[in-house]
Parts: sequence; C-alpha cells; structure tokens
Amino acid sequence: MVRLFTDDLSIGYGERLIVNNLSVTIPDQKITTIIGSNGCGKSTLLKAITRIISHKSGSVLLDGKDISKENTKILAKKMAILPQSPESAPGLTVGELVSYGRFPYQNGFGKLSKKDYEVIDWALEVTGTSDYKFRPVDALSGGQRQRVWIAMALAQETDIIFLDEPTTYLDMAHQLEVLELLQKLNYEQQRTIIMVLHDLNQAARFADYIIALKDGEMVKAGSCEEVIVPQVLRQVFQIDAVIGKDPRTNKPMCITYNLLKGEKQHEKNISTLYAHASSDY
Amino acid sequence: MKKTQHSSPFIYKLLAGILVFLSMFAAAMVLGAADITVKDAWLALTSSASGDKISIIRDIRLPRGIAAIVVGAALAVSGAIMQGMTRNPLADPGLLGLTAGANAALAITIAFIPSANYFVTMVACFIGAAIGAILVFGVSAMKKGGFSPLRIVLAGAAISAFLYAVAEGVGLYFQISKDVSMWTAGGMIGTTWGQLNVIIPFIVIGILISFFLSRQLTILSLNEEVAIGLGQKITQIKAVLFVVIIILAGASVALVGNMAFIGLMIPHIVRVLVGTDYRFILPMSAIAGATFMLFADTLGRTIHSPYETPVVAIVSILGLPFFLIIVRKGGKAFT
Repeated sequence: MVRLFTDDLSIGYGERLIVNNLSVTIPDQKITTIIGSNGCGKSTLLKAITRIISHKSGSVLLDGKDISKENTKILAKKMAILPQSPESAPGLTVGELVSYGRFPYQNGFGKLSKKDYEVIDWALEVTGTSDYKFRPVDALSGGQRQRVWIAMALAQETDIIFLDEPTTYLDMAHQLEVLELLQKLNYEQQRTIIMVLHDLNQAARFADYIIALKDGEMVKAGSCEEVIVPQVLRQVFQIDAVIGKDPRTNKPMCITYNLLKGEKQHEKNISTLYAHASSDY
Repeated sequence: MKKTQHSSPFIYKLLAGILVFLSMFAAAMVLGAADITVKDAWLALTSSASGDKISIIRDIRLPRGIAAIVVGAALAVSGAIMQGMTRNPLADPGLLGLTAGANAALAITIAFIPSANYFVTMVACFIGAAIGAILVFGVSAMKKGGFSPLRIVLAGAAISAFLYAVAEGVGLYFQISKDVSMWTAGGMIGTTWGQLNVIIPFIVIGILISFFLSRQLTILSLNEEVAIGLGQKITQIKAVLFVVIIILAGASVALVGNMAFIGLMIPHIVRVLVGTDYRFILPMSAIAGATFMLFADTLGRTIHSPYETPVVAIVSILGLPFFLIIVRKGGKAFT
C-alpha cells in the first residue's frame, strides 16, 4: 500500500519553475533518499511534500487526501519534518525542545499530560539523549544536537519523518551515528523515512529507495543498484563515476569520479587553476 | 542554564515579580514633589476620605502611575512578541518604526481633526503604527535576505527619521508643534482618567490575547519550518500577533508619546530569569515592564523635583547601553 505520492507536482518561486510535473511515489515503511546536484530541487521537493512551501500545480497525496486541503494539525500527527540545520533559542533545554514535538496533540495553554512526558522520555531514550535532558541545546555538539532534533520529530509520533540533509556540518563519525539511528528507527518501528542526502555512498548504504533528480525532473528512481550506476550519475551530476561494491555492505559505492570531459567551462577553470599553481611555485 | 535554572518553578518567580512591582507602585504613590505619607496614600486608594493630599494622589499620581503601568507592560509585551516573531533580538516598537508611525499619525490628527476625541486619536495611532511597521518591513523585503536583524534596524532608523520629519513638518506648517511635542515628549504628565478609560481596555485585551497565543509564539520563535511541521497555522498566528503589536504600540503612543528601548530591554532581562518559553516571557515582561516604567517615571518626578525630568530621557539613558550590549553580541545570544 502506498500512503504518500506526488501527482504531476510543479513547484516554483515567482516565474521560475524549480520542480516540473513530478510524480514520485514514496514507499511505505522504507528509507527513501533524494539525491541530485545543488539547485536540482531536492530540498524544494521535500518542502513541498511537507507543506512548508506551496506548490504551483499538481498535488501531494497522503492517505488519499490532498495535503493542501488537509488540516495542518492532522498532518502534523502523520508526518514530522526536520529542516536543514535548524537553530534553537539559547538556553532552551533539550527536554523543552523535545517537548515541543507534542504540540500537535495539545490544546489551550499546552500543559503536558502524563502521556506527553512518557513519549518525550521515550524519544530521548531512543535517540540516546536522555543524559542531556536538562542541558541547553546550544551547548551540545553538532551530532548531539542533530539527535535532539530527531528526538523532537520522534516525540511528534508520526509514521513518516522527513529530514533535509541531516548530516550537514557533522564529521564522518557523527554522520554515521545519525544515519544508523534513522536506520534503527526504520527497522525497529517501521517508520517511513525520507531524506535529502549529498553523499552518494551514504545514500546507497542506507536507502531502500533512491530518487535522483536533475533540474527538477526525475532521472531515475529505484533501489541503489538501479540508481547508483554510471549512466545515471553521468546524467544527474555530470560525472564519470567508477562504481564498485562496498566490501562490507555489498552495496554499490562510488570509488572515484571525474568531471565529464568536453565541458569547456570546467576545462577553463582547471587550466586557470594550473596557471595559478605554477605561478605559486 | 544548569539544571537548577528551571528547578524553581515559574510561579515563584512570578510572585517575586509581583511583589517588586507592588513595592514600586507604593513608592510611586508616596514619592514626589508634594509631601505625602504612606497613610495618605493608603487612604486615597482604599477609602473615600478626601483632602488635598488625597486628591493629589487620586487625580494626579494614581492616573499617572496607572498610565506608567499599562504603557510599560504594553511596550514590553509588544517588544517580546516582535522579538519572538521575527527572531530578531533588536526588535522593539520604537526601533522598527511603529512608534514613529503612530507619532506622525498623531500630528496629522491634531492638524486635521483638532476636535478629535481620545478614541479617534488612538485609532489614528494604530493606523500610523501599522503603516510604520509595514514601511520598515517593506523596505527590508526589497532586498533578498533583507530580514537580517541589523538591516531591519537600519530600515527602522531610516523610516523612523522620515516619519518624525513628517510629524515635525506637519507640526510646523499647521503651527501645532507645541501641541504635538506636549503630547509626544510629555510622558505621563497630565494623564487623566478619561484617557485611561479609553485606552486601558485595548491594552488589557491586547496583552490577554498575547498570553493566549504565547505557546504558539514559542513554536514560531524556534523556526518557521519547524512551526509549520508541528501543525501551526503560521499565517493566521502571525496576523493576529501583528494586530496585537500594533494595538499595544499604538495605544502606548496615544497615551504617553514616544518611548523606545523598553520593548527591547525588558524581554531580554526577562529571558535571563525565566528562559525561552513565551508562556513565561510574556507575563513576566508585562510585570517587569510596568515596574520599570513606574521606576523611570518616579525617578523623573523626584530627581529634580519640583521640576520634571522627561521620562523618555531617563528610559533612553538606561536603555541605550543595553542596546549597545545587544548589538555587540550581534544577536548571537539570541538565535
């Protein structure tokens, strides 16, 4: 059963179309990753599916209903969003931030119920952030902070979680930590996860389904074996990639790559680079 | 910011705040050019006794004190709302063109509708405050990424200068400069019960609405995308909060004229005491703003008595260093 898909979706700012007539299906209870070059519209797509920005035409359907017509609070109980590198007010504690995940369930002045406290503690527990509960968010490291924001999304108790580049600004170990946490949530609790990632190898390793975008249009969607192949990467990133196999996970991985030849601009850049380099020495 | 910071419940902090506020109020009633004892003040407030000193309190000091309370609370709350909504640590009705707009509207009203009653004047101030705010945000929006804290403040300074010039121009041309400046620089001098009766309901309702929306404001102050994701109707919430800000700032100008820095300063001090949740920030700002304004006005009446030191000067002297500290921090401590 498919719960979430887009139908002929077009998104744009002003006159400019960023995403053009896109129909994608998000497989349920799987990890989906959207990849593509800078400015290809991947974050825009994520924002439109999560109603953060409105779309120009077409529709996003969740459980058979158009999200632009659905009550936003009901949607907030079905899908949670973690924007790209969110910041929080100084002094806001981890526990407080995570408690805002309960917002869609509250009314009036928002006194937290026993259930709310249980869910908050559970979300802290799962993300391994219980120890920081009373610490201010802005005093944590990048990786800890990202896990706290994920805890907030979890406290929202949604089946679907969206993340816009959850690994940005994190070092390699922390990137893996965040991705493994998401994988665990998917395995253990069957949460549907949709995220934008920059790193192809991470996408291949963690995603069940990859959507490759180029200039707001879908080049290819499918399993990592179908998408992380030289032809697709050539089209999506203009790179000539050598794809091998990760010896540990057996997933495809990009071992090395070059920019495609024949692009004048790139060659010019490279030659000026060499010119600079030689004048330096 | 340690574990202990939130261990003492908000209610105790609120009670402490109310206690300080009440002491300040008592001091404001007793202190002044005329010699008044605590007993006189008590009688004036609680009994129907009459006498010279008692009428000084009832007809001069009490309305003036109440004006200070409502204006201080209104400006502090509107400043807190603006800072939360715009995530701009420098937001303040005086700095972002609202006060100047209301001031220009006031001058125009005095010039063109000399017979305008208090209600009309106040509505004019609402409109002026809205125009001032819209101009500032409009100018900022002309450039992409223009909503950075400092750019908005610069736009606010430019628009405010323009609107003050309009007020001056109207004042000079219609030869009503004296009336206008009596109003705008006069602070709480000569506040009457008649004025208070018109303006207080608006301020009280505005503040109550803001309390109702305080939780929404907290969510909004986090991050707009997060707010949408949590199911907040941000356009509606922002529209209501904008109207509340206009009412609070406009009504304040209608009552006491220009008053910058309170809306900037008070919420920042309050955040240190109660944290980042607007359910706590707004009520505490109201109390702290009222207390501060009473303090400034009492100081204005007493340091050079029997002459008045303009309260706006006192507020500015106390507020300016504060502004500079926040600018120096670059708002880093905020977002």
